Amino acid sequence: MTDVARDAAPAAVDSTGMSYLQTLPRRVVTLYLPLAIFVFVLLFPFYWMGITTFKPNDEIYNFSANNPFWIRNPTLANVEKLLFRTEYPEWLLNTMVVAISATCLSIFASVLAAYAITRLRFRGAETTGLLIFLAYLVPPSILFIPLATIVYGMGIYDTNWALILTYPTFLIPFCTWLMMGYFKTIPYELEECALIDGATRLQILWKITLPLSVPGLISAGIFAFTLSWNEFIYALAFISSSENKTVPVGVLTQLVEGDVYHWGALMAGALFGSLPVAVFYSFFVDYYVASMTGAVKE
Amino acid sequence: MSQGVIDGGLKPPAFPALARALDNRLVLSAIFMFPALSILLVFLTYPLGLGVWMGFTDARVGRPGEFIGLENYVSLFQDSVFLLSVFNTLVYTAIATVLKFGLGLWLALLLNNALPFKAIIRAVVLLPYIVPTVLSAIAFWWIYDPQFSIVSWALKQFGLIDRYIDFLGEPWNARWSVIVANVWRGIPFVAICLLAGLQTISPSLYEAAALDGANAWQRFRHVTVPMLMPILSVVLTFSVLFTFTDFQLIYAITRGGPLNSTHLMATLAFQRAIPGGQMGEGAAIAVAMIPFLVAATLFSYYGLQRRKWQQGESND
Repeated sequence: MTDVARDAAPAAVDSTGMSYLQTLPRRVVTLYLPLAIFVFVLLFPFYWMGITTFKPNDEIYNFSANNPFWIRNPTLANVEKLLFRTEYPEWLLNTMVVAISATCLSIFASVLAAYAITRLRFRGAETTGLLIFLAYLVPPSILFIPLATIVYGMGIYDTNWALILTYPTFLIPFCTWLMMGYFKTIPYELEECALIDGATRLQILWKITLPLSVPGLISAGIFAFTLSWNEFIYALAFISSSENKTVPVGVLTQLVEGDVYHWGALMAGALFGSLPVAVFYSFFVDYYVASMTGAVKE
Repeated sequence: MSQGVIDGGLKPPAFPALARALDNRLVLSAIFMFPALSILLVFLTYPLGLGVWMGFTDARVGRPGEFIGLENYVSLFQDSVFLLSVFNTLVYTAIATVLKFGLGLWLALLLNNALPFKAIIRAVVLLPYIVPTVLSAIAFWWIYDPQFSIVSWALKQFGLIDRYIDFLGEPWNARWSVIVANVWRGIPFVAICLLAGLQTISPSLYEAAALDGANAWQRFRHVTVPMLMPILSVVLTFSVLFTFTDFQLIYAITRGGPLNSTHLMATLAFQRAIPGGQMGEGAAIAVAMIPFLVAATLFSYYGLQRRKWQQGESND
């Protein structure tokens, strides 16, 4: 192991500087063991979620007869209940519609705003940028009460529009900030060349800046999509009828019936509400990490 | 409209006046800022002001309410449930933040080593942050079940406890339980952000320190911590801000119980305003969070200032 580390050292100079000084037993105790515990703890709730989903009821509520960490007779009864005897498919559709529309709306508004702030540099652009960043620091928890009255007044209470129009309040500040950072990395000379060649500002944005910022757009899009998928408080406050709910709200409010918790079905709901976003995330991990750390670093 | 201008290419534009107007920086800036600013003004700035105003009224669901001055705030400060929720929020934020940063920094330091399958481990570690909080909170709710808790079962098998822990039935047990769930969800965010910071620290600094005779702790204290401070302060602000205003985790696991011992200000505001119908009082509770948020933001501002000073003038 030490040999491998030493051989790898020149290639991965970024972080492996002095790791060849550590012996294997030392690495096991100080590195691999704590890391294994971290990964175990971080993943265990998902394992427990998954395994409860496919357990029959007598195994869920009886730990003494069989090992609770494994399933003896896997069953799809809980999944069947979720998919065919609840309104889960409608919640899924609502969540998709809301998340995609809110993301597209936010990206559209953010790209224009970020371009204006970083490239057109109108008077007060710096201040506007700072104000938009401050808007990101306003949490939904202090906005939802007045927003509820506004949404009600606009007549969009209990519709998808209530969410599509309110989610951008936290998506636009984030995406604008991210795109501003990205636009700053594109050399201004490219735009100057285009100006000399007679291109209009719109042509520059459409044919030069945007194609160069595709990775930034993807990062912002992924992040905005997962944020809208996970949003809870607005969806809870602005939607009342079951068929208009989103997955997180629907699973929590509609699957809990009275005092009896059907843990199998609840876990199935939690698993199937998490899977789409987890699968989506797995395709774009690097973009996701880039947008998360990029927003913090800026 | 804009499509016509774009497709016009270098041919004379169809509407010369329009094309000229669109090349004017000010006109174009106004058009470009319009969508973002109008959404933010209507759905963020206006509600923020409206919320402050509603805090001074006795608004109820479906009734605008009359101005009643500071009455809401006066009654809140005599309301033991509200005071308890402030206490809970501070305890929740303080303990969860300390744990998140301690453990998150440790995880970031571990991940900063040369590891096999590093990319996969990093992706897996971030999973708790990706998944909808409410849904993972439901999993925690099930893990904390008084009769069928897997944690109690495992501890009992090992002979560490005699009877099942009543995770959500006792005030302090419930507080610790929701804090653990919050920390579980927050660690990945802190760790991945700090890892990004760690990766920018040049290994030659550690080598130089080691040559000067610094031991591992000194290298951490005098190289890692100062270099990480700028990003740490920003991540800290975000973390404090979003822990302080947390809503979904509490709402999913305890709904504020038992005996209001896990009610945070956000959950209390929701309970009073939406199911309770007392919009004015709920708004006042939400507004009462603002001073704390401003304090956290100022903290971030000074953190950023410090960053500029550390990295010299060239930093933008």
